[in-house]
Amino acid sequence: MQLLKSYILPRIAQWVVVIFVGVTVTFLIPRFSPINPVDDMIGRMTAFQTIDPQAVVAMRATMEDLYGLDGSLLEQYVAFWQRLLKGDLGPSFQNFPTPVNDFIAAGLPWTVGLLTTTTLISWLLGIFVGSLVGYFQHRRWAQVLERLVIVIYPMPYLITALILLIVFAFYIPLFPMVGGAQGSPALTWQYISSILRFGFLPALSIVIGGFAFRFIMAKALATTEIASDYVQYAELAAVPKRRIVLSYVIRNTMLPHVNDLALSLGAMFEGALIVEVMFGYPGLGSKLFTAISNADYNIIMGITLMSIVGIATGSLIVDLLYPIFDPRVRLR
Amino acid sequence: MLTTIRDLFRFSLSFRFGSLILLLVAVLIATSFFAPYPPEKRRVVPRKMRGKPPSVEYVLGTTALGQDVFWMLTAGVKNTLIIASIAVVIGRGIGVLLGMISGYLGGAADRIIQSIVESVIVIPRLPLLILVAVILKGELTFVTLGILIGALDWAYPSKRYRAQVLSLRERDFTHTAVFSGMNTVKIVIQEHLPFIIPYMLADVVSGFLFSIGIEVTLSYLGLNDLNSLSLGTMIYWANEWSSIFAGKPWVMIAPVTASIIMVVGFYLVSIGISEYLDPRKRLVRLQAHQADLALELEREGARTPGGAFSASLRKEQDE
Repeated sequence: MQLLKSYILPRIAQWVVVIFVGVTVTFLIPRFSPINPVDDMIGRMTAFQTIDPQAVVAMRATMEDLYGLDGSLLEQYVAFWQRLLKGDLGPSFQNFPTPVNDFIAAGLPWTVGLLTTTTLISWLLGIFVGSLVGYFQHRRWAQVLERLVIVIYPMPYLITALILLIVFAFYIPLFPMVGGAQGSPALTWQYISSILRFGFLPALSIVIGGFAFRFIMAKALATTEIASDYVQYAELAAVPKRRIVLSYVIRNTMLPHVNDLALSLGAMFEGALIVEVMFGYPGLGSKLFTAISNADYNIIMGITLMSIVGIATGSLIVDLLYPIFDPRVRLR
Repeated sequence: MLTTIRDLFRFSLSFRFGSLILLLVAVLIATSFFAPYPPEKRRVVPRKMRGKPPSVEYVLGTTALGQDVFWMLTAGVKNTLIIASIAVVIGRGIGVLLGMISGYLGGAADRIIQSIVESVIVIPRLPLLILVAVILKGELTFVTLGILIGALDWAYPSKRYRAQVLSLRERDFTHTAVFSGMNTVKIVIQEHLPFIIPYMLADVVSGFLFSIGIEVTLSYLGLNDLNSLSLGTMIYWANEWSSIFAGKPWVMIAPVTASIIMVVGFYLVSIGISEYLDPRKRLVRLQAHQADLALELEREGARTPGGAFSASLRKEQDE
């Protein structure tokens, strides 16, 4: 009960604040931009043909309604929330009148699958290898690995993905270049193996980026940890080194990593979006990319809102799991 | 300041490497002013030299449209850095301001600002950036793109500045200053700013890292002024003309390599500075200083270790 009041409820309140701020920012930013998407659209439509002025007026009214741009700013804001709470993200402009929800529903499973797998792998791998390197930092292999990560870490996801794509799909055609799977969805080995084959390079690109970040944090934490008395005592007591790292150092540095996982979800998601674009992976990223080239405002808006809610919820879940790892929160 | 830079060079391998790379970048930018023709102009290379791999005359090769990749690259690096600088100035400006307001005011203002900052940290920025960039598409220039990137990159920095301010507020010297009647503005400017500026330096460098990455990403998606050269637009066009498939990989390799080298350079410098700011590393550095001094004194014939130690301490204090 105490836990509920002192930890869970405030955390849920913060979730509400995140979504509120995110939705408000998404609402406001386009409206502060000097360009009116409706004018832009009408301008493009009337550029090559003459349309009856009355039709233009009617078109403008319809479009303002579609963009949610009619009425005062406050009215727009209220209407924005009303539609959002009903789960209505409006129709796609390019593929009118298919609702944006359909597009998001088609892309979402791919993105969620890719993102969860890669987040878990890179998180675990980063902590494990980073802590090992932090503990054995004067060994040759540790120093080589650290130098390597220093080069990898600052690379944008786009560049990593581009290099992997060029090298392992074009010059050495080990993996397919574009797509998410082969054949129709079924629980056959053929279909599942094709998911793995198509997903390998996209996943690898995200894992590399996420791993490097986690590695650096784990190494820094482990370096601080091995200066503590208990580690030195364990060393003097000739406890096997493997056991010191695995059971003592990693376990004791675990909490900040759990905490940070919630914060780093957003960055991983951005990475996933751009990697999906690069590999033509059928997730939200590719949907976003198509929408960008068609200036399909509603889809971009929908994906933005969706990702804000999704990431906020993801980090809420991670934070709600936190008491399992930290007895101080659980037993307070 | 000079001592700091000298120390950075002396004790941080990564800073040495990083600044070497950034020097190279600076040289590249300086050459861009000597381009024989506007680098984005097409058909400037003689017809039979178009779309050729690197040669003595065209160091990084040429594009099929008759541009010289080397001159494109110099302009691209310059423009990418211009975009990044604008983004960094705006992002860090908001960050410092919010962090300091939040840290000094405390109370309700602090709580409100912090809950907004925490939300903005969680929110993925790329979709938002894309949303705005799509609306602004026709009007995007380097300046608007820089402002856009900066406008969304202040949350993490402001949190760090706030933490700095909070710790500075509790230091003894602040209490001393307050009790001796120094006014708040003076304390902030004279006593606290010198502590915050080094953090700002490290922060600015990592801001460049982020902004370069975002510029390349947005340009790849076609959300930049595509008629101008930047690292991102170079990659965009190399991809658009499918240079790899057409067997002209150098068009793609040049901007990709340049962006990797640049971000690694900035990252190494930021590692160097943060190592310098780390109090534990500072101790190691102090000891190394003393060892150096002891060695010097020994050479001069003064063989008293205690003397060497106090001499070095005095030197530290002078600095």
